[in-house]
Amino acid sequence: MTDTPTNSLAERLSARFGDTLKISVVRREVTAEVAADDLLAVATALRDEAPFRFGVPIDVCGIDYLGYGQTEWDTETVSGTGFSRGVEGEAVGRFTWADRPRPEGQKRRFASVVHLLSLENNQRLRLHVFCEDDTLPMVPSLTGIWPGVNWFERESFDLFGIVYAGHPDLRRILTDYGFVGHPFRKDFPLIGNVEVRYDPEQKRVVYEPVSIEPRVLVPRVIRDDADLLQAKAEAADNWRNN
Amino acid sequence: MQEIRNYTMNFGPQHPAAHGVLRLVLEMDGETVVRADPHVGLLHRGTEKLAESKPFNQSIGYMDRLDYVSMMCNEHAYVRAIETLLGIEAPERAQYIRTMFDEITRILNHLMWIGSNALDLGAMAVFLYAFREREELMDVYEAVSGARMHATYYRPGGVYRDLPERMSQYRESPWHKGKDLKRLNSWREGSMLDFIEAFANDFPSKVDEYEELLTNNRIWKQRTVGIGVISPEMAQAWGLTGVMLRGSGIEWDLRKKQPYAKYAEMDFDIPVASGGDCYDRYLVRVEEMRQSNRIIQQCVKWLKANPGPVMVQNFKVAPPKREEMKEDMEALIHHFKLFTEGYGVPAGETYAAVEAPKGEFGCYLVSDGANKPFRVHLRAPGFAHLSSMDAFVRGHMLADVVAMIGTYDLVFGEVDR
Repeated sequence: MTDTPTNSLAERLSARFGDTLKISVVRREVTAEVAADDLLAVATALRDEAPFRFGVPIDVCGIDYLGYGQTEWDTETVSGTGFSRGVEGEAVGRFTWADRPRPEGQKRRFASVVHLLSLENNQRLRLHVFCEDDTLPMVPSLTGIWPGVNWFERESFDLFGIVYAGHPDLRRILTDYGFVGHPFRKDFPLIGNVEVRYDPEQKRVVYEPVSIEPRVLVPRVIRDDADLLQAKAEAADNWRNN
Repeated sequence: MQEIRNYTMNFGPQHPAAHGVLRLVLEMDGETVVRADPHVGLLHRGTEKLAESKPFNQSIGYMDRLDYVSMMCNEHAYVRAIETLLGIEAPERAQYIRTMFDEITRILNHLMWIGSNALDLGAMAVFLYAFREREELMDVYEAVSGARMHATYYRPGGVYRDLPERMSQYRESPWHKGKDLKRLNSWREGSMLDFIEAFANDFPSKVDEYEELLTNNRIWKQRTVGIGVISPEMAQAWGLTGVMLRGSGIEWDLRKKQPYAKYAEMDFDIPVASGGDCYDRYLVRVEEMRQSNRIIQQCVKWLKANPGPVMVQNFKVAPPKREEMKEDMEALIHHFKLFTEGYGVPAGETYAAVEAPKGEFGCYLVSDGANKPFRVHLRAPGFAHLSSMDAFVRGHMLADVVAMIGTYDLVFGEVDR
């Protein structure tokens, strides 16, 4: 598949960048965490230097780690009253803007994730850039290195409110003209804040507060990996011969 | 003397050549484009956010609705990402079925493209020819999944069900009768694989027909040769993939370079053109249809010879058989858990990409161990392609913008997500 094995990419990265990158290799996918301050220098080297040559910016996207690992249904213990109903919690879809979760204590909510592809070496790399400040998440823009990230950064700004410093044209892209808020943040309600309809009396489209209720049919549950491991063992045993 | 100045013009969002809902704000100097500013998002549905609120399997249907002319390829990227995190692999037969349907999808997509692009540039007939074959392939989609377009056929761990033994036939009606009916049903006597085989044997002659209409057509060449020339360096820097890259002379195809499903076993070629203009990309796409046809033929041959399971036998991920549920307590519990709660996916992140007809369609999936994804990001090829629009149409005439939109092969379901 690849001429050069993936773990050697990790080795080459750590040889070249040392402590600047925090490298991990999982399932042959190389991920490197880089500080926002080092990003531009690292990215330029990744594009230009022979062992890397990441010429194609595949993707840039934002991610909001608020509520990572939170579950709505306690299945660890059975209380005297039985299991909880799994209808409480602050996961996506549960709340309106008024009851949105107020993040406290969680540091480094936002990250910008960059996927790069090298056609010459046939290898991929993922960069994680965490934003230090949660109230004004900011990372440097890569538009000067790969023009193709322009819209991806605009999208991430639009949906997550991550500011890409140095971007030439940081406008909203996917949401409506005049939209307020950053809809993909975990504290933005799934139902949104406004709804739109045509008002025949005023003869124009009007915006009104949403009339629908937030509703989730399936609670968010995190179970032990043991479940899956057992299933795998069962499948391997072929205990049901069909 | 008259004063001449630039003016801005709105192209779309309701324009037949805008392929959906593209609003293009063009700054014009006479009939020459000085700057193009595409406004997208009119079809934004927040698919990625919706997926976060649902168990994994319930979002497969959303993937069909992204690039709604290459449905199963989108599903493929999504289920591959889930499979990677789960650490499961679909049975061999399912992999062949996926390979075959990816290629059927590619032909479907390119037929749509060749028809609509030719229509945009003033050739009406190609559309009618292309839709004749599209209809046959839509019937294949319907036979296997029950839906002509939004199939929801792939599942993590395989495909929903095995290929049907019978192919649906036309019934007699005032429009289909007598000799006509017999001809329409002549391929449909046997199984679905027989039908696909008959189709694949016939399809190259159909591609010849499209080429007859366009390849040496003087007007077609005047509209496409030398229009929208993209150099290999620019193609890379702008993140272009798929035909946009191969049309510029870079031999890059994920099916060859990073094979998934059963592409490593397939014998096919990657068509590459060197000019990087709209005409070259047309030639590449036409040749891709022929190559896809070759892959389909190989898959049909294998699938006919090798029956077997099409879904993993892991009841934490795949539902048990309906009959089993009636008698077996265990199966009933598995079924209940699977459809009320879904399955948990081990914490981690992955990026799975497929060579969709339009380019690299990728799915970046982050899971925190729950039964719903923590974050899904879909890397749509059309989004990257359209972002380069401004760079490549500057200096072209207004009519060439239409040729350029056509050659990007845009579908707004995936651009806006």
